[in-house]
Amino acid sequence: MTIKGKAVKFGDNVDTDVILPGPYLVHTDPNELAKHAMEGLDPNFAEKAADGVIVVGGKNFGCGSSREQAPIALKYSGVKCVLAESFARIFYRNSITIGLPVLTCPGVSGRVEEGDMLAVDLQSGKVEDRTNGSVLEATRLPEFIMEILEDGGLIEHLKRRIETNE
Amino acid sequence: MNILEKILANASGKQQVSPGEIIEANIDAAMIHDLTGPLAIKSFREIGAKKVWDNNRVIIILDHLVPASSIISANLHRIVRNFAEEQNIQNFYDVGRGGVCHQVMPEKGHVRPGEVIVGADSHTCTYGAFGAFATGIGSTEMAAVFATGKLWFRVPDVIKVEVTGKLPSMVTPKDVTLNIVGRIGADGAIYKGLEFGGSTIREMSVDGRMVLCNMAVEMGAKAGIITLDYVKARTDKPFKPVKSDPDAAYERVVDVDVSALEPQVAVPHSVDNVKPISEVEDVKVDQAFIGSCTNGRLEDLRSAAQILKGKKIARGVRLVVIPASQEIYLDALQEGLIKTFMDAGATIGNPNCGPCLGGHMGILAEGEACISSSNRNFVGRMGSSKSFVYLASPATVAASAVTGKITDPRTAKEEA
Repeated sequence: MTIKGKAVKFGDNVDTDVILPGPYLVHTDPNELAKHAMEGLDPNFAEKAADGVIVVGGKNFGCGSSREQAPIALKYSGVKCVLAESFARIFYRNSITIGLPVLTCPGVSGRVEEGDMLAVDLQSGKVEDRTNGSVLEATRLPEFIMEILEDGGLIEHLKRRIETNE
Repeated sequence: MNILEKILANASGKQQVSPGEIIEANIDAAMIHDLTGPLAIKSFREIGAKKVWDNNRVIIILDHLVPASSIISANLHRIVRNFAEEQNIQNFYDVGRGGVCHQVMPEKGHVRPGEVIVGADSHTCTYGAFGAFATGIGSTEMAAVFATGKLWFRVPDVIKVEVTGKLPSMVTPKDVTLNIVGRIGADGAIYKGLEFGGSTIREMSVDGRMVLCNMAVEMGAKAGIITLDYVKARTDKPFKPVKSDPDAAYERVVDVDVSALEPQVAVPHSVDNVKPISEVEDVKVDQAFIGSCTNGRLEDLRSAAQILKGKKIARGVRLVVIPASQEIYLDALQEGLIKTFMDAGATIGNPNCGPCLGGHMGILAEGEACISSSNRNFVGRMGSSKSFVYLASPATVAASAVTGKITDPRTAKEEA
């Protein structure tokens, strides 16, 4: 599975309150949540992401609350994948659960510039920056996490498991 | 093995586990609230599940926007209420029955030493104060727990934090906690466990220990934990306390001596941006908040009341006080603390999360600053993305409300 898109960059410690501010947690429609993605840092993010982008973050991306609405807002705004130096654990698990690929990629925040065209191979973890020609190695995802992502998230994955058992 | 390894080994039916190993644990208790619950319920239905695995082990607490602050939140409450009814959930705490989830869980006896507890809220790690492995998870993973009673975990590396020294007057567990967050950093414990020990912790009240474990997640930790050495039993069910072996392995040990610690303040916009109060005094505040799952307990209200007794808050400052539970509210009433707050000019809220997450009851306008006893000072956390949150102890918040600027509670006490 290769994912392509332009890089949109953020810094260290991007928290879930800026990814999706608390007042919007009352919404249950993913498309409504998507309108407010990253609003705390960039009120125009949803417009930028609409064509499909790859978010590049620094250390501790997604720190803070357990709100699953944060990765949902990113996914439905058009984010295809998040690459970061490191991730906060609840955000990381939630992203896999809802089918948003997240890869730990050491060095990514220094090598990739805003707007660079990236190609990410989920299977191998290879990250190509086609604008500056550099290649980075992201930490490969374990097989059972790849299965969840390939099924489109935990719900579809569990449904499939239940169907197989039946 | 250390205490977290022992609990996870026991929960997964293994003799031994080690860091990095992925295990599937049986869950002892699972908690949702009004903001993460509706999504968990939606996912539960989408999976095709019909009944929760154990209606005695699911705990539902309405606490974030309580009583309903809008039609939208009222609808969320209705979704949760209907689910509790449909699934015959034995432990459902509706409006006026409980309070802030992380206070209600231990208060009502849903937390026992040695257990594995998950909550659809990041501050679930608070229950580590009772010797349990407790961690926050997302809504859909919670739906999977509701359906199966199990969840996978990676056994974490554990950092041991040894706290020693006698706390100086007016320097509180919150100051110790903020100091540790400043040392370890917002990402210093990602995926890891934090075990707190040492003479200071052994002498610390349960209220204080809960502050330390509550903010473990602000360092990225999966769980914070303290070996239980005493407990006022709030449960009829049997439990077996667990403790680390003398030769248990830790990733590293962090030593903290608190005997000369000053009150601490986390300044905008990061929880690890911690400074001794002497470096931030005189910052003007518009609002002061005492409450939340971090510092809305009786010990916190007592320490704030001690400073506010016989005083008035400064002109131009709003002081919002929200006891963390119905039980604490009643105790505070009986001790006269609520009267002290009201005489000083405070507004008292019903037990709930209040303005901590910018939900309601004291949202900040553009350009405003708030000194708060809560746990996060991220951009926009308590309102406008152009507002400023300073985190401190309830004593520091009270002292600052009196002067209208960030104030060392030790000076306030001297004046009295």
